[in-house]
Parts: sequence; C-alpha cells; structure tokens
Amino acid sequence: MSDQTAAPSSTLSDLALSLASGAIQVVDLTHTLDPDFPVIVLPPEFGQCARFRIEEISAYDHRGPAWKWHNFTCGEHTGTHFDAPAHWISGRDLPNNSVDSIPVEQFVGPVCVIDCTEGAAADDDFELTPQVIIAWERQHGEIPAGSWVLMRTDWSARRGAAYLNMREDGPHSPGPTPDAIRLLVDERQIRGFGTETVGTDAGQGVHYTPPFPAHFYLHGAGRLGLQCLNNLSQLPPTGAILIATPLKIKQGTGSPLRVIALVQEER
Amino acid sequence: MTDPLTQPPKKNPQIRTRVPTRPSHFRSRAALGIAAAAAEGRFMLQVCADCGVVQYPPRDACCGCLSVELPWQDVSSTGRLIAETTVRTSTNTYFRERTPWRVGTVRLAIGPSVICHIHGDLAVDDEARIVSLLDKSGQGVLFAVPANATANMEDDPQMREMTCDPKFRRVLITDARNENTPALAKALADAQASMIFIGEAESWRPYPGQQAIHAMANIEVLPLDVTDTRSVAELCGEIGGKTDILINNARFVRPGGITGRDDVVFAREEMEVNYFGLLRLAQAFGPAMRGRGADGDNSAVAWVNMMSVHAWSNSPDYGLFSASSAAALSLSQNLRAELWGGGVRVLNVFTGPTEDEWHQPLPPPKVTPEAIARSMITGLRGGLEDVFVGDVAKDLIERWRVSPKILEREMIETMGTGS
Amino acid sequence: MTIRHKRQAYDGIVAVSPASVPYQRFSKEAAHWWIARALRQSITAAALMPGDIDGLTVSSFTLFPDSAVGLTQHLGLSPRWLDDIPMGGACGVAALRRAARAVQSGDANVVACVAGDTNHVDSFRRTLSSFSRFAQDASYPYGAGGPNACFALLTDHYMRQFGATREDFGSICVAQRQNALSNPHAVMKSPLTMDQYLSAREISDPIALFDCVMPVAGAEAFLVMHEEDAQSTGLPYAHIRSTIERHNAFPDDPIQMRGGWEMDVDELYAMAGLKPSDMDLVQTYDDYPVIVMMQLEDLGFCGKGEAPAFVRAHNLTIGGDFPHNTSGGQLSAGQPGAAGGFLGLVEAIRQVTGKAGPTQVPGARNALASGFGMINYDRGLCSGAIILSGSGDD
Repeated sequence: MSDQTAAPSSTLSDLALSLASGAIQVVDLTHTLDPDFPVIVLPPEFGQCARFRIEEISAYDHRGPAWKWHNFTCGEHTGTHFDAPAHWISGRDLPNNSVDSIPVEQFVGPVCVIDCTEGAAADDDFELTPQVIIAWERQHGEIPAGSWVLMRTDWSARRGAAYLNMREDGPHSPGPTPDAIRLLVDERQIRGFGTETVGTDAGQGVHYTPPFPAHFYLHGAGRLGLQCLNNLSQLPPTGAILIATPLKIKQGTGSPLRVIALVQEER
Repeated sequence: MTDPLTQPPKKNPQIRTRVPTRPSHFRSRAALGIAAAAAEGRFMLQVCADCGVVQYPPRDACCGCLSVELPWQDVSSTGRLIAETTVRTSTNTYFRERTPWRVGTVRLAIGPSVICHIHGDLAVDDEARIVSLLDKSGQGVLFAVPANATANMEDDPQMREMTCDPKFRRVLITDARNENTPALAKALADAQASMIFIGEAESWRPYPGQQAIHAMANIEVLPLDVTDTRSVAELCGEIGGKTDILINNARFVRPGGITGRDDVVFAREEMEVNYFGLLRLAQAFGPAMRGRGADGDNSAVAWVNMMSVHAWSNSPDYGLFSASSAAALSLSQNLRAELWGGGVRVLNVFTGPTEDEWHQPLPPPKVTPEAIARSMITGLRGGLEDVFVGDVAKDLIERWRVSPKILEREMIETMGTGS
Repeated sequence: MTIRHKRQAYDGIVAVSPASVPYQRFSKEAAHWWIARALRQSITAAALMPGDIDGLTVSSFTLFPDSAVGLTQHLGLSPRWLDDIPMGGACGVAALRRAARAVQSGDANVVACVAGDTNHVDSFRRTLSSFSRFAQDASYPYGAGGPNACFALLTDHYMRQFGATREDFGSICVAQRQNALSNPHAVMKSPLTMDQYLSAREISDPIALFDCVMPVAGAEAFLVMHEEDAQSTGLPYAHIRSTIERHNAFPDDPIQMRGGWEMDVDELYAMAGLKPSDMDLVQTYDDYPVIVMMQLEDLGFCGKGEAPAFVRAHNLTIGGDFPHNTSGGQLSAGQPGAAGGFLGLVEAIRQVTGKAGPTQVPGARNALASGFGMINYDRGLCSGAIILSGSGDD
C-alpha cells in the first residue's frame, strides 16, 4: 500500500487505482461529431444552427507533407452539446452565465438517470411529468441537490429522419412538462438537465406555457443543459459522476463537448 | 434520312477511355462574334452601318465601303447548299477520328457564301437554314440543316457533336430539395435521358416534394450535400464516371440586403451553397467530366447552373443573395475555362424571381419550375452557354448590355417597391 | 471614274538562267538552305558572283521567322531592290513582273527571283492551321480538310454546273504523269493509268489521291536582266511578251468558277500581239485538275464550261497537240511550297530557249505560264499569266 511518509491515501488516489483496475469505468456519453448528424431545425426565417463540417488542410501530401490536419466549423449547439444559461432569454442577465464564466466546479457532479424508455417507445411525445419523477424517487431516493438529471429514452439509437422525427406540425420527441422542470429546478435544485434528443425540451415544446419550459426554467435559474447524449443505458440510476466540460468560448452560449461518466462497477 | 440514335451499349471497362481532342480553336477577335451569338443560339453577322453590306467571314472593315462600323445583328439564316464535300482525311486529330465528315458551301439569301458543317439530310440544291453552334473547341461554327426539320434531326452524328442533347445521357440533379427538381426531372425524362440521379441533402429533415420525388420512375435518389466536401467527394467517387450532364440547382436564398440583416449568418449560408457548393461540385465532378468529353454517344457533355439573373446586377431587396450569385457566375466562368479542354459546355440558366416561397410576396412575372425546365432542355439541345428565362431576366440582360451603370440605377430604384 | 493608261511593254528585258533544285519528300534543312542552293545554281549558270545581284525577290512559306530582309544578311547580299512575294502559286508570275520593271527602270540591273520551301514531317499540318486569318476563322474549323476540302467544294460545284466527270479530270493527271516520266527530277516516277486514277484513295469527295499534289521540299530560281547583258554573257534568254495579274477577282461569284485571268485575258494577248493558238505550250498552275480546267477556259483556249470537252479532244502530252505542264506539273513533280509557283515559269523559260532537254517540245518558241494561288478562305485570290518567247532550240 502507500508509503507512510508519502501523502496520506486520498479519495483521488483511490480513484486513480480504481480507474486503473477497472473498478471504476469511464463511459462515453457522446455522439461522434459527424456531418450527417442531425441538428435542431427552426422555422426557416430564423437563423439556423450550423451543421458540423470539416475540411482537410493537408493529409501527408503536397499541401503539408508530414502532417494531417483539418479545419472544422459547427454551431455551439451542434451534436452532443452543452447549453449555458446565456443561451436563453430568461438567463440573459444572470452573472457567470456563459461557458467561459460558469464556475468550473459546476461541470462535475453526481448524476441521476430517469428511465423513460418504455414510455418513449410507446409515445414519441412522451412527457416527463412530476408523477414520473416522484415514482422514480420512491425507488431510488430523493434527487440530491446539485445533481445532474438525465432523461433516458434510448432515443440515441434512432437514425436519420427518425431522430428529429419531423411531421407536418414539427418535431415529435420526448421531454419534460413545465411542472416537471419546475420541480427539478426549484425544489430539487438540480445542477443541470440532459436528454438524448436534440433539445432539453420536448419536440413539441413550443406549445407549452411558457414555450420551451426546460430552457426557460433551467437557464432562468442559472442551470445547465445537455443534449444529444448517448449510451445512457450504461449508467446506473444513481451513483455515477458526470463530467461535462464545454469549450471555453468567449461569451459562448454552449459548445459541442465530450460528456463522460465515471461508473463504479457493482461488486 | 437520319438514323435514330440507339441506346449506347454498356461501356467496356477493359478499354481505355478516348481522350478528348478538339477542332482548331484559333479565331481572330472579330470572328469570336460568331461564338458570342452561338452561345445564345442566335445567328448573327456583321452588317455595315454605313452601306448595309453583310460581311462574312467576320472582319475589321467593310468589304463594300471600308467602313469600320460593323455592328453584329441577327440576320436571316436561310440559304441554299451549292456544293458539298466529304472529308476523309485530316491533319487535325479531332476530325481525323471522326471522318467521313461533310462540309459544304451555302449561299445565304442575305449575300455571302459560307463554308459550313452540313447535316446528313441536306443535299446540294436544297434550301438550307444556318444554325450557329459551339463546337468541341468551344468556338462558334456554322451548321447547315434542312430548311424544314426532318425526323431524328438531332441524332445526326455531326450535330450531336455540337449539342448537349440529354437523349440517352445520364444526368445528375444536385438538389432534391429545390422546388424545381420535379419539373427538371420530368423534362429530362421526356427528353429521353437514360438515368436521372437526384442528390438529396439532409434526408433526416423532410421536405414537401420528398415523397413525390422518391416515387418517380427511372430516377435514383442519392445522398448529396453541396455544403459538405466529403459528401460531394463520395458521391463523385460513386457516379462521377457516369455523370454526362450535371444540373446544379442547389440554392440558398433569403431576402434582405446589407442592413436588412444584422449578421452574416444567412449570407454565409448563401455563399456556402451558391458559391462554395458549386466549387465543391466543380472540384469533384469537373475533372471526371472533362476526361469523358469524347466518350461515345453518352459522353460527358454539359454542366448546367441554375442561376439568378441578379448575378449580373444586384437586386437590393435580395442584395446578399445577389452577391452570392455574382460569385457563382464568376466561378462558372472559371469552370468553363477548366472544362474547355474536354469540350464540356457550361450552360448558365438565368432567371429572375422564381415562383417559390422565398419570392412569394413579389408581384408577377415570376418564373415557374416548368419554364426553367423547358429552357434547360432548349439550352442543352442547342448546346448553349447562356439562357435567360422569363421576362425579367430577358429584360435585365438587354439593359445590362446597353449600360451596366444605367441598369444599376434602375435596380436601386426598385428597392423596397416589391419588384 | 475609271482611270486607264496604256501599259508599257517589256522590250529589252529578259529572263535567264532557270535553276531547279531536285525536290525531296522530307528535308531536315531549313528553307534558307533550299533557297541558297537555287540561287547559287542560277547565279553560277549565269557566270556571275553573288555580289553581282543587286535585286532580289523571295517567296517562301517556311522561312519564318525570317522574310526577304533576314535572308540578305543570312546569304551575304546587299541588294538595292528587294521584294517579298507571298502569293503562293502566283508568285513566279508576280516576281517576274516586279523584277522586270525594276530592271527596266534602272532601279536594279540583275534581279534574282527565287522561291523555296522545306518540308518537315509537320510542315503541312502547321502551314494549314495558320494559313490565313479567314482560313483560320472560316474554313479550317470545318473538317480541317485544308485546301483539299476547299478545292473539293469547287470541284463538286464545277462538276454539277458543267457536267465534268472524274475521267475528264483524270485525263489531265494521266497526261501530266506521262510528261513527268521524261523529267528526271519528278518525284513521281511510275506511269498513271485512268483506272488507278479512278480507284485511288478518296481524300475529300470528289477529290482523290491523284487529284492532289504531294508536298515536298524544293527550290526554283531565275534571273532578270537587260537583253544586252544576257547577250554579252552568251546566256540563252526569254523575252517577256506580256503579263497580267489580278487579286480577289469576281468576289460576288457564290463559289469560284473562274479566276482573275478572265478579267484581263484580252490584254494578255493584245499586249503580246499573239493569240491562244500561237502558244506552243501552256503551263497552268495545277494544284488541282479543276483549276487547270478554269485556266484553260479563262485564258482563252475554250469557253466557260467547255474545258472537259477540250481535254477530251486534245492530247496534253509533250508530243501531243496541246503540250501542257511539260515537266509533269506539280501533280507529278511535287509541290515545293511557294516554289510550285515558279515551276511552270522556270520550265517555260527552258522550253522557249530550247534547253528543256528530255521534256523539250520540239520548236517551242511561245509559251504561256499561268499562276494561281492563296486560297484565303473559299477561293484562290491570286491569278496571273505571262507569255514568253524565245528563239527556241536554234
């Protein structure tokens, strides 16, 4: 074990050992940034989210003989991405509301995963309601303050047009009701909310009051959002640690990022 | 009697593709007036402003009175074939590969005798009509056809060399999402194109015509996003060698001039689709098409760009879209130069405001997809370079040719008037 | 207002010292080399030195980037009279006309007239593609058949208009080949039968192989001087009885059916005081048989359209009743570029001075040599003719 004269054994050194041994797994909750991955689509008069695009600069060739590199472009909200409070009008005046100013400790925290897969399989517009949350808490205990809360729907398995699931009246995908998000934000004091779909709100979220309640209430309270998450099926309902560090973009409202979780294996 | 063209056989993959060669491309500056007229399908000659004598071959001073005022004018194309020969051997590789080749002397009703290519259905003493065409060197030549159209006239081998007829050719339309795609596809099918590929971007995002397009017969929808370099390269890798005619109708348009928008977001998208999209397509498909410019009856033959006539003169209410169109127009000239060596024609189809959602509040006349499709077919069958569709486009280019500066003033005066 | 004055005769001016450098199918040498050989041959035969030449005319298609000027320094000449004559098949007639006036006026005493061209493997193709502005703009793009295609059009029209047959054209070619067999320098060395002519490889319908000249390298030259100077040197000489020249005649003819000779033929014979029937031999410019026929018509030997009947009715060989192109013409001797425009004239000088050797027409005293050339677009623009007289083979 550790040398008595060295630094006393700490949680971090235990963490290092656990990571090395596999007792703690690192789970990737991120989709690959790919030109073909759908992005949110707004009414055509509005500015749109840039798609991910990548251009070769050189590839060990006459443009650069010994190296390969690319330039890429995308929006702050392309692919698996982070929403900062500055992203929504309700959070516009809060202090430290952009990705470069959010205190960095907020990016790491415990995560609760609410399994809505059955409901989402039956109903594209499945709603996360206070009832669903309470039912989950009865099983797994009250959601601790400062948690990340993720709505698991296994929507990440969808491909192509099924992902945005656009119909004549707009997109149809699961999300929280205004009451549900108010419960999480105001009463449970969550750190942030995340989904497998392209938004923290339901596809038909425009029709709630207020429209897009997840954005409205989360960011209005200075909380964070995560979208286009993947592999939530590999997370336990509680106990994992979520790490979501957006790019430090000057006055940025979000960014594509690598979202990972540390999961302790069952003994 | 012209034998009707038959569907070309499948290409033999063991045999080297014939490299494009071309007729002599040298012309004096005056003679380039024939090409300028042919680019629009017009037969024009110099007519002396002082004494009215019609000049041919094109020249610098009137052969009647020495005047140097020799404006080009549309002239009557009728005449009579008075002599013919069939060339069987030539020092020029292009013709050497294509003998026997008929040429003749036509005496025009307006005066001069012209040496011209002659159609297989035309015999000495027949009444003839002269058509200006662009040959495989991209230069203007005169082609005599029977005064009255004959059956399968367009299938004459010499004529097919100088036109871009879609019959039995394979076509790529780059943007399924454009409202004009169904009309373009139908027109090409009616013109007996043998295969129509349609590029579809972002299939994860539906669009109104999607089901109808997928239901069309004899078309294949393939993924293509002109804003994605890799997507363009991948499609070209698959079908670049089968693309005989490329129709680029990808377009991003929004209303607004400089101060009508507060940012460059839509302007970037306009450039990304209208300019960079064309550039990506050109970098990928250009070399493939140029290399197949002499590849049999279904050779690569034309690149068509659907373009706004406001590429020529900015329309302030669509000022940023106009600017991206101007960029595309200049780029299409670069493309024309680069496809030159393969004898592949670049045809720009210019329209004024089109009949679609982004021009919805504008008053008529607006150009329908069917009108665009008809003009495209006419342009391809004539081997043209510039086609102006609809009253607005025809009017604009006429004014531009007289004075771009006067037109600029007139365009500014239209600002905000909804026209 | 038509301005007209009487033309001066050429009395006392003579052509001497005809020189021909044997033709070669292909040559690695430059035109300068060929021209120099012809000049040297002609000057030497006149017992002169290069420094005795004080006038020079030059005709060549392959001298580029030089013209006559460059040639003076190249060959070490310092003439006081110099002319570049780019008239193709009419350059011999034109050269003699200009040289004669220069000597007559005293501007020069001994003018050397020379034409020469080399023939590299790609000379023909290069010459065709940049022959003239109108050819570049308005005929070469149409099948690139070159002069063969243009003359095929004329031949096609002539045949339809006047009923000429391929046999009629063939009889000219066959007779010339017969004459060529007496010319040791002719490139074609075997007889030509009518069957061979008719079944020859098609070039550009209705023209076939034996209607076309073979481009070769070669050179021709002669000198022009005062009669008294020729006499004091003991040189055989030919008098110039008359000349004509015309360019771009009949521009409104829809297609060429006649040449400029028709405009000026009466003057040709009037100035010479002779008639067509006084000619002991005729050298036409024979780039194609159809042009031979036009010359026979336009130079007064028969009416327009009657040349087919004429050639059927006459024997065009050296020993026949109408000796024509006695050395075989270009169709059998080869076309040495611009020197083809000298070929008939040089042979005519030999004939009327009795020095033609194996091709001599017995007793020949009067000869007509005709030039034609420069198919600029759709027709030959230059035409000319000369009547020469000599004392024959006395």
